[in-house]
Amino acid sequence: MELTGAQALVKSLEMCDVEVMFGLPGGAILPVYDPILDSKIRHVLVRHEQGAGHMAQGYAHVTGKPGVAIVTSGPAATNIVTPLCDAYMDSIPMVAITGQVALASIGSDAFQECDTTGITMAVTKHNYLVTDPADIPRIVKEAFHIATTGRPGPVLIDVPKDVSNETMEWYWPDEIDLPGYSPITDVDADKISEAIELIRAAEKPVIYAGGGLLKAHAADALKRFVGLTGIHVATTLMARGVFPDRDPLCLGMPGMHGNYTAVMAFQRSDLLINLGARFDDRVTGNTEFFAPDAKIIHVDIDPAEHGKVRLPDVAIQGDARQALEALIAEHEISGGSKVDRSEWKSTISGWQEQHPLQYEQADSGFPLKPQFVLEQLRDNTPDDTIVVAGVGQHQMWASQFWKFDHPYTWVNSGGLGTMGFAVPAAIGAKAGQPNRMVWAIDGDGCFQMTAQELITAAAENIPVKIAILNNAYLGMVRQWQELFYDERYSEVYLSPDHPDYVGWAEAMGCAGIRVESADEVLSAIEKANAINDRPVVIDFRVDAFEKVYPMVPAGGSNDDIILGPEGDADAKAKGTAPS
Amino acid sequence: MTGSTATNGEQNLHILSVLVENRFGVLSRIAGLFSRRGFNIFSLAVAPTDDPSRSRISIVVDVHNTDATQIAKQLDKLVNVLDITELQPGSSIERELMLARVTASDADAMRQVIDQFGASVVDSNEEELIISVHAHPTELDLCETALRKFGIIELQRTGRIALGHLGG
Repeated sequence: MELTGAQALVKSLEMCDVEVMFGLPGGAILPVYDPILDSKIRHVLVRHEQGAGHMAQGYAHVTGKPGVAIVTSGPAATNIVTPLCDAYMDSIPMVAITGQVALASIGSDAFQECDTTGITMAVTKHNYLVTDPADIPRIVKEAFHIATTGRPGPVLIDVPKDVSNETMEWYWPDEIDLPGYSPITDVDADKISEAIELIRAAEKPVIYAGGGLLKAHAADALKRFVGLTGIHVATTLMARGVFPDRDPLCLGMPGMHGNYTAVMAFQRSDLLINLGARFDDRVTGNTEFFAPDAKIIHVDIDPAEHGKVRLPDVAIQGDARQALEALIAEHEISGGSKVDRSEWKSTISGWQEQHPLQYEQADSGFPLKPQFVLEQLRDNTPDDTIVVAGVGQHQMWASQFWKFDHPYTWVNSGGLGTMGFAVPAAIGAKAGQPNRMVWAIDGDGCFQMTAQELITAAAENIPVKIAILNNAYLGMVRQWQELFYDERYSEVYLSPDHPDYVGWAEAMGCAGIRVESADEVLSAIEKANAINDRPVVIDFRVDAFEKVYPMVPAGGSNDDIILGPEGDADAKAKGTAPS
Repeated sequence: MTGSTATNGEQNLHILSVLVENRFGVLSRIAGLFSRRGFNIFSLAVAPTDDPSRSRISIVVDVHNTDATQIAKQLDKLVNVLDITELQPGSSIERELMLARVTASDADAMRQVIDQFGASVVDSNEEELIISVHAHPTELDLCETALRKFGIIELQRTGRIALGHLGG
């Protein structure tokens, strides 16, 4: 069967079980958009290519399947660099297809030409420039394989226009031949027994649960391992939901804005069991002072993570689920803990009692506290609601105050910290899980970066719900300027009224609701939950002066954690210029 | 690489012998990885192997700040990288080629240098000579120093290549 390169590309995507792709056509990708008309793959037409990338990410987060974005050359390709980098940092499986000028024009500074493979080399797991239409099925199959296996990540395929137009004889490769790519997933049995010895002897062990557990579909295995060992679990920002927050052994999130107990449990631990996390600086603070007495077991599918930041005592390379299964089996054979951990457990429950997350909502209803909004949303939405956040204060409050009881219910930009992530990622998540309620928790600053994608949501009938915690500021920056720059507020004020968020929502085909007092919160949420024929935006006018606590000043030791406003003076004294 | 400091701190220099697929952009992928991870390339030599679909890249890395294992692990993640061998100083045969254009003066003294380093004169006229020498990089350093007194007009080194000792 003779096909054009473009037809072969679309057929190859079908062969890879792509259900939906997010994109926007343009000159160099035009040939590919023609067969898309005849394909069973749903195409979601975005309003900006960055949106296509984040939608693909949101889709991948909640389905575990690779997200697909398709855009043209030049500015479209550069617009998708941010989502690629975001996916690379957070190990999100994604395949991006970009158009390119004709092969003969490459290097001539042709219209809408850019060196897409060169630009994206640093932000993709791998990328391809297709030079022969006959290579298309092989390359597409390889791209999906690379994106989804080992440590997942984004792969880009750059397709010149003439390659799309030329013909090839269709085939579908049976096998993948990538001699330089063979991720190891099987775990080394010797390392497992070494790890179990450390675990059995540990008096103060803590599990440091990372996003790798979600990638490995290891939530059940983790639950069994914790049930067997009784060890407490802290879930990183990328792993929220992998272990139920309502389980008494869950400590919540560690790190810069983590729960006091999670932070202190790491600091005082004698054994950190890191499962698929990477000792990110937002978790460790100053590494010199991080968990100083802890031995380290580090499970990671990417061996380059072992010793990148902290040298492990036992490094286990492999898939986190397989590692947990092996640990469970070995633990059952070897018998239980050799030591009494009751003192450690009571220390932990003491911290939990003394230092819960705190805020105060005034009875008058004013000012409206963002944490109150989150608690109301949490308590008045289905248990399996998917929560999507942007980046900043609202993201930290959402992670802190939501109770995640299921894996794949939390979507956010962790490593790259991409403002504007929430709206498009929520659309992608809802496209992937259309029967679930999807709430984006966004900041007013973030919302303004990508809100035009609400038009996409309205036009494509993807009814997401957006809660803007509108404090009229770039709030996290404002918080740091307050604490570390002598309250000199430089370029952080945004105004609560410009734009008129309700008017904007309505102009984009969404329902818009404004909430100014705590008394109005519940009815607004109920109203929003009942709207399913279009997206909803709620403009929650929240207290501009509320800060995120706890807080470890950047560059400081986790021991210097600040619990609330009463610690601001300490924060100012101990905080270095933030980084 | 600068002048005769080419092998200063030899103990900090490890050689990664990297076998790669001869694909579009592979050198760029490797160089890009080094710059974005903050690793230092000291020298780099690349050429196809006996199998034309493969190239061998000999990268001399400065391990003063980064451990060579971490560099090797990051390199290994590149899809086009097939194999990496870390060759430590002393455990491998290392060679480098140098071409030097020098002023032709004091023929006897020059002859002595040429003999001492096993160099050869590959081109000459009345004023200048081009000398070719291949040796261990530290030998080349010494040769370079010796040639300096005659007046080096131009000098080019290839970066080192290496193979592991046979052992036994």
